[in-house]
Amino acid sequence: MSDRQHGEDLDDQNAPGEEGGRESIAAGVRTYVIGLVLAGLLTAASFAAAGSNLIYGPAIPVALIALAVAQMGVHLVFFLHVTTGPDNTNNVLALAFGVLIVALVLVGSLWIMGHLHHNLMPMAEMMQRQR
Amino acid sequence: MFGKLGLDSIPLDEPIPIAASAIVALAILSLLGWVWKRGYFPYLWREWITSVDHKRIGVMYCVLAAVMLLRGFSDALLMRSQQAIAYGNPGYLPPDHYDQVFTAHGVIMIFFVAMPFMIGLMNFAVPLQLGIRDVAFPTLNSVSFWLTASGALLVNVSLVIGEFAKTGWVVYPPLSELRFSPGVGVDYYLWALQISGVGTLLSGVNLVTTILKMRAPGMGYTRMPMFCWTSLATNLLIVAAFPILTATLAMLTLDRYLGFHFFTNELGGNQMMFVNLIWAWGHPEVYILILPAFGIFSEVVSTFSGKPLFGYRSMIVATMAICLLAFMVWLHHFFTMGAGADVNGFFGIATMIIAVPTGVKVFNWIFTMFGGRIRYTSMMLWSVGFIVTFVIGGMTGVLLAVPPADFVLHNSLFLVAHFHNIVIPGVLFGAFAGLTYWWPKAFGFTLDEKWGKRSFWFWLTGFYVAFMPLYVLGLMGMTRRLGHYNVAGWQPWLIAAGVGALLIACGIACQIVMFVVSIRNRAALVDESGDPWDGRTLEWATTSPPPIFNFAALPDVRGEEAYWGLKSAAREEQRLSDLPDYVAIEMPKNSPTGVVSAFFATAMGFALIWHIWWLVILGFVGAWATFVVFAWRDETEYEIAADEVERRDRLRREGKAALLGVPDGATT
Repeated sequence: MSDRQHGEDLDDQNAPGEEGGRESIAAGVRTYVIGLVLAGLLTAASFAAAGSNLIYGPAIPVALIALAVAQMGVHLVFFLHVTTGPDNTNNVLALAFGVLIVALVLVGSLWIMGHLHHNLMPMAEMMQRQR
Repeated sequence: MFGKLGLDSIPLDEPIPIAASAIVALAILSLLGWVWKRGYFPYLWREWITSVDHKRIGVMYCVLAAVMLLRGFSDALLMRSQQAIAYGNPGYLPPDHYDQVFTAHGVIMIFFVAMPFMIGLMNFAVPLQLGIRDVAFPTLNSVSFWLTASGALLVNVSLVIGEFAKTGWVVYPPLSELRFSPGVGVDYYLWALQISGVGTLLSGVNLVTTILKMRAPGMGYTRMPMFCWTSLATNLLIVAAFPILTATLAMLTLDRYLGFHFFTNELGGNQMMFVNLIWAWGHPEVYILILPAFGIFSEVVSTFSGKPLFGYRSMIVATMAICLLAFMVWLHHFFTMGAGADVNGFFGIATMIIAVPTGVKVFNWIFTMFGGRIRYTSMMLWSVGFIVTFVIGGMTGVLLAVPPADFVLHNSLFLVAHFHNIVIPGVLFGAFAGLTYWWPKAFGFTLDEKWGKRSFWFWLTGFYVAFMPLYVLGLMGMTRRLGHYNVAGWQPWLIAAGVGALLIACGIACQIVMFVVSIRNRAALVDESGDPWDGRTLEWATTSPPPIFNFAALPDVRGEEAYWGLKSAAREEQRLSDLPDYVAIEMPKNSPTGVVSAFFATAMGFALIWHIWWLVILGFVGAWATFVVFAWRDETEYEIAADEVERRDRLRREGKAALLGVPDGATT
């Protein structure tokens, strides 16, 4: 839907992923290249951490989690353009809402399924007793 | 060549579905023949089927919902009559068919009546209330609608070709796994819901973007009409919850098609995970259905009480609180599955807490009416009927939220009575109120009030006669989904419930008469001012029906109740606002993308159900190619000349001047 007058009024609010039309193409490409390089480095670091004995063995899972979180951050900032700028409130709120819902469903499911696992007899045992 | 499909897939030995589908097929064919003969097909194609106008799409959603309501209600009549006679005998429906009927009833009423009704009304009213010209992604909107229609079509095809699921509307495994449901019924369910689910999700994305990004100048968040707020909350819930449904059904699909073991009995599958996940979607779904209705009641109560909505800001807080709490109560659907007291206690209390914002809303509506000059139109009757009935349903809900009570009542007819007590007044009464309220805006004439009120009284009494006995039966120990029974004490109550269903049938008949009478009397019922109810929000600022561009110049919003402000200013100054500078308006072009891609999606869904793999590939490639063709088109918009805009707006101003009794500043 195109409504120029309307678009100007809300110029400070850009649709997710829009660069606002102010940045040059070169600047846009540069962001993506930096993002790509960082993402590549983090991926390589993950493989390095898992495949070598640079890191104390039992700590490797923790290192991988930290690298994965950093990877998510790179994707959000450089590819999905989630920043702390004033024109980005909607994106940040949408992200926060999404994270909250995922957390609620994950934590809730783990809690519920943990309880069920604790309280209910395993299937094999139930079969055994019915014999 | 045709996978599992063969001539024996058509159940010729079952007279009821075959006769029913023969009648429906005949009706559709004669309707199509009539359309063809009168030469209406090009008009339908140009103005409706390929339309990307949010108003047209909204109307088509409501038409889909109304047609599917008839189908879902005939399932209800079958069940009520079966249970009324099946004491000590098998009744007239074989168990195999009865199980399909109760599953189809639930699926159709939730996914293809309640959802399209609410999405249709939001589509129609939200852009008008926000003072804008269309939704954010008009063609995507058309795609959403046609994908929803595809899902509905697949469910109805199952009546003639093959069978529908016999598992209940949330298809719990292991019953829904291949081992216990080897037929195509569950597959029809899975693919119909996956296809229409994509439509619903896209529609949610579209409306969230529209509300967050495209309000008229000056329309801040705290100036949006209540219906826009509840729509925002609803669509946020859609965006957050529907992916859970998609993922859950995808896992069940993998179990059934590729031998996975997510939810099977053997090899480490866990059916309890399915129950957990489906309700993590299922409970937000309840609020997806009811929040838009809350918005409609807010608009209706405020308009017909002649007062601003009481506690506007508390209503916003309550709406957003429900939006969040909706994701924290899902376990109350399976208290009895075996989680411990900690878990049950937490979710029981959370469920009671979510009743608080709902209570806030009820009091706000009552206080809006308090001291107002109430006009008891049919819309107001639906609203008051809703408040009274819904509070009863809400109280039985809080009762069911107490885990020990739920252990006694779960899976009984008490539960069935409870959720019908919520959904019928909440969603259906809301949809009917909204339909009557916005009908003049959509078509330019109001609906016949006499038949509307008759329909209300039949629906209300029918509801009580049909569902209060079910509470009693639940307490007497009757479980849900029984095909026949041998307890003599139950039969009188079930006969009473059957009578209630007949009363509701009278209510539906009155509604059909209402449409016929209103269309015949449209000259007398015409709405020339564009504001038949003395409305308060922006949709009443434009004409009825609105021009395709909705507003010649985007309204300048100066406070809450934008249109009420404009009217007051015009009355005070004894003139309408100054003529704006009319400029040409660009509107999106129509596009057959939606209907073509949905055609391919339907073919793909049907082929997946029957394992016709070449058609699956064809359908997928076709739908994808349609999208690519759409993405490649060069001209996406057309222009409406400034003269034409001015002509339409002068007509509008004449109507407003006559309504307000002030001179039209432009003509003098």
